[in-house]
Amino acid sequence: MTDRIEQRINSLNKRLNSEKRFRIYCIGAMSFALAWVLILFLNIFSSGYSAFYRTVIQVDVPFLNLIEDTTQFSEMSSEDINNLSMYSFSKKAIYGLFPDIEEKKDKKMLIRLFSIEFEQEIREFLKSNKSNINETETIYLTASDDVDQVNKGNYPRDLDEDKRRIKDIQLLFFDDLVDRGLVSYEFNLPFLMRGDSREPELAGVGGSIVGSLFTILVVLILSFPIGIFAAIYLEEFASKNRVTDFIEININNLAAVPSIVFGLLGLGIILNTFGLPRSTPLVGGIVLSLMTLPTIIIATRASLRAVPPSIREGALAVGATKMQAVMHHVVPVAMPGALTGTIIGLAQALGETAPLLLIGMVAFVVDVPQTPLDASASLPVQVYLWSESAERGYVEKTSATIMMLLGFLILMNLAAVLIRRKFETKW
Amino acid sequence: MGFILISLIILIGITSYFLGNFRAKNLRTSNQKNLKSLSHYYGYYVALWAVVPALLILLMITSFKSFFIEQYVLSDFIALGSYTETELSLLFTQIENTALGIKLFDENTILIDGAVNKLNYINKTIENLTYVTVLGFSGLLVLYSVFNINHKLNSRKIVEKFLLVLYFTCSLVAIMTTVGIIFSLLYETLRFFSQVPITDFLFGLNWSPQRVFVREAGDLDTRDLANAFGAVPLFAGTFLIALIAMCVSVPVGLLTAIYMSEYASPKVRDWAKPIIEILAGIPTVVYGFFAALTVAPLVRDIGQGAGLTVSSESALAAGFVMGIMIIPFISSLSDDVIKSVPQSLREGSYAMGATKRETIVKVLLPAALPGIVGSFLLAVSRAIGETMIVVMAAGLNAKLTANPLDAATTITTQIVVILIGDQEFDSPKTQSAFALGLTLFVVTLALNFIALQVVKKYTERYD
Repeated sequence: MTDRIEQRINSLNKRLNSEKRFRIYCIGAMSFALAWVLILFLNIFSSGYSAFYRTVIQVDVPFLNLIEDTTQFSEMSSEDINNLSMYSFSKKAIYGLFPDIEEKKDKKMLIRLFSIEFEQEIREFLKSNKSNINETETIYLTASDDVDQVNKGNYPRDLDEDKRRIKDIQLLFFDDLVDRGLVSYEFNLPFLMRGDSREPELAGVGGSIVGSLFTILVVLILSFPIGIFAAIYLEEFASKNRVTDFIEININNLAAVPSIVFGLLGLGIILNTFGLPRSTPLVGGIVLSLMTLPTIIIATRASLRAVPPSIREGALAVGATKMQAVMHHVVPVAMPGALTGTIIGLAQALGETAPLLLIGMVAFVVDVPQTPLDASASLPVQVYLWSESAERGYVEKTSATIMMLLGFLILMNLAAVLIRRKFETKW
Repeated sequence: MGFILISLIILIGITSYFLGNFRAKNLRTSNQKNLKSLSHYYGYYVALWAVVPALLILLMITSFKSFFIEQYVLSDFIALGSYTETELSLLFTQIENTALGIKLFDENTILIDGAVNKLNYINKTIENLTYVTVLGFSGLLVLYSVFNINHKLNSRKIVEKFLLVLYFTCSLVAIMTTVGIIFSLLYETLRFFSQVPITDFLFGLNWSPQRVFVREAGDLDTRDLANAFGAVPLFAGTFLIALIAMCVSVPVGLLTAIYMSEYASPKVRDWAKPIIEILAGIPTVVYGFFAALTVAPLVRDIGQGAGLTVSSESALAAGFVMGIMIIPFISSLSDDVIKSVPQSLREGSYAMGATKRETIVKVLLPAALPGIVGSFLLAVSRAIGETMIVVMAAGLNAKLTANPLDAATTITTQIVVILIGDQEFDSPKTQSAFALGLTLFVVTLALNFIALQVVKKYTERYD
């Protein structure tokens, strides 16, 4: 008797223990998934935030060496300033930081502490302040990427010299400049404004932000009306027949087609058959529109379906035609849902990379695009491009680009949620 | 030019709306007789006549313009008869560049200068002609439609008919997209298979399209082609990486779904579910960057610590990160399916004295199995079609391997590798990418189809 009871108790304990274990597995699995969200964000954030400020080095530029009287600058046009030969003058201004250096090799090393555009930066300073240039002006010049990374602590100083991109003598110069208080940080505005560059310290996401905006604009202009009209037709007007069924199957299938296949479509039909210009936001936008259409159509149909029949019937009862009932009464009620679906579709399109690679939006573009017909990159493509580069400066720039991309996506999704909360009517 | 012209057309459209509206109101007041439609429908009617034909004409002119210009400008060269088609198109580019002030060559200067003049002339003429025809047409049709307004005209019917046709056309875009995809893939694939036998593509063990440098297919030995385009290593690599991804995402996704639907309090559910779904909203290029820069080196270091040789582009790293990406697909689909199992089944099981785990494993999962399997299949199709993670983190060279620590390449990676940057369009190398694309398209569609069928056929109805 006691044996059997003990047996029962044992078996019950076993079952309860396995229940506990199972529960722990479940919690473990969910924590695993949650942990990766956290790891991903921390990883991107910790390596990316430093791209938003940059190292500048303060240099005294004796403009008196360039011209006898600095007031003369105010009479010069921008073109005259562009024609001034300033290269050796700018170099000398930099040598002025360490007047004792004699050796040519060391001088070269000193110059390399700065970005290759130091001459251009001095020229720009001159252009924008030409009316009141003093004999000597203090200018903040962009440091080279190596210096920038060392200053931010991203680059190990204790490697062997021949494994390091920055040399011992440059570190000596740099430390001395730091001691003299000439090295400082400033907000990295050029990163947000400029196009791509082969030099990490000069590369910016401005071009790809504008490219992304143009692309999304094209997607919005094309897919919003087409998607909503298609949804209205299918949900309100289409009779149940083979054509309608076929359209529906097509839409559902398109939603499942891998994005890269849309890239092949863009390459084969839009570029090679229709001959639209390669690498442009226009073509990128067309391809991404085709990709986002199913999302918009499905969301809009769902919200049209959620409109109660009483609204349609009420309109019809007071003498509206079918078209009037739909356009004046049903569609306005379903609009928040359609907008939400569109925004989510646009967010998908904004993050999409693979089809853009195939239609050539991976071009190295230095200029910020002016129209949707200029060659350009987009934010996710910029991430891809920079992640292929070896220089250390690109790592933080890539992460920073991802941060901005995620920021845009979060904003868009937030907008979608807000629209849904604010305007959606419950029946 | 296009922008100004389109703005002008829109402007005409807006004015003609008011014109039609005004004319209809006028008719009504002057004759004391009712019109068939409300007055603003006459406005829409006139505006449609003003805008739609004009836009169609503009579209036609823009699509045929470049062909016509090329023929006209090159007519002298064509008359000479000594140029091939490719040379002619090169020549045209050269002429265009010269017209823009970029001078690269100085041969044939007289002919080219003549052609440049012709180009400038024809461009100017066509631009003027476009303005005249489009705006003229628009204006004429406005006049026609305004004077067409009378008591018998039911403009509402016409406008509604137009809208219906417009809506229907928009819904055809989905079909046209599918047709476009199938057409572009099939066209190039068939050309590819005319050079490389389909069996060599499907069963060949060696993939090295970069070896095919020769322009003309005639110069190639067919044996070379067959050896370069055996896609089995790509299929194997795709399968390997998808398998690793599923090994990560299936247990995690399923257990998460079970926790969400059966154990979690509503509060936990409310914040945990959206956070996990963030994983589905992150762009894949971000996962690719994460896999290549963080996970791959980590996997390599751990492997080397254990004394293994791990490639820095290991299939394991790419597959693992892809698995994390797929978790939300499985967890939210399965979650919905498990939740939709009727409460009576749970209560029956509890009433028999079963623990929660026993209820879940022996009652709920079997009941929800079709839906869960469906979600797995959708996840597999997602994994196979995923591009950026593998392009950035997996290997680029095809190698037949089953070792997850080795570099493996996938179908999508090879499509990108072949087609990124400049391609020559008639080489079997470029066409092979379309053949891969078609394979991918067919496989993912089949998987989705099977998933739908599984769900449809095996789901039990409880009501």
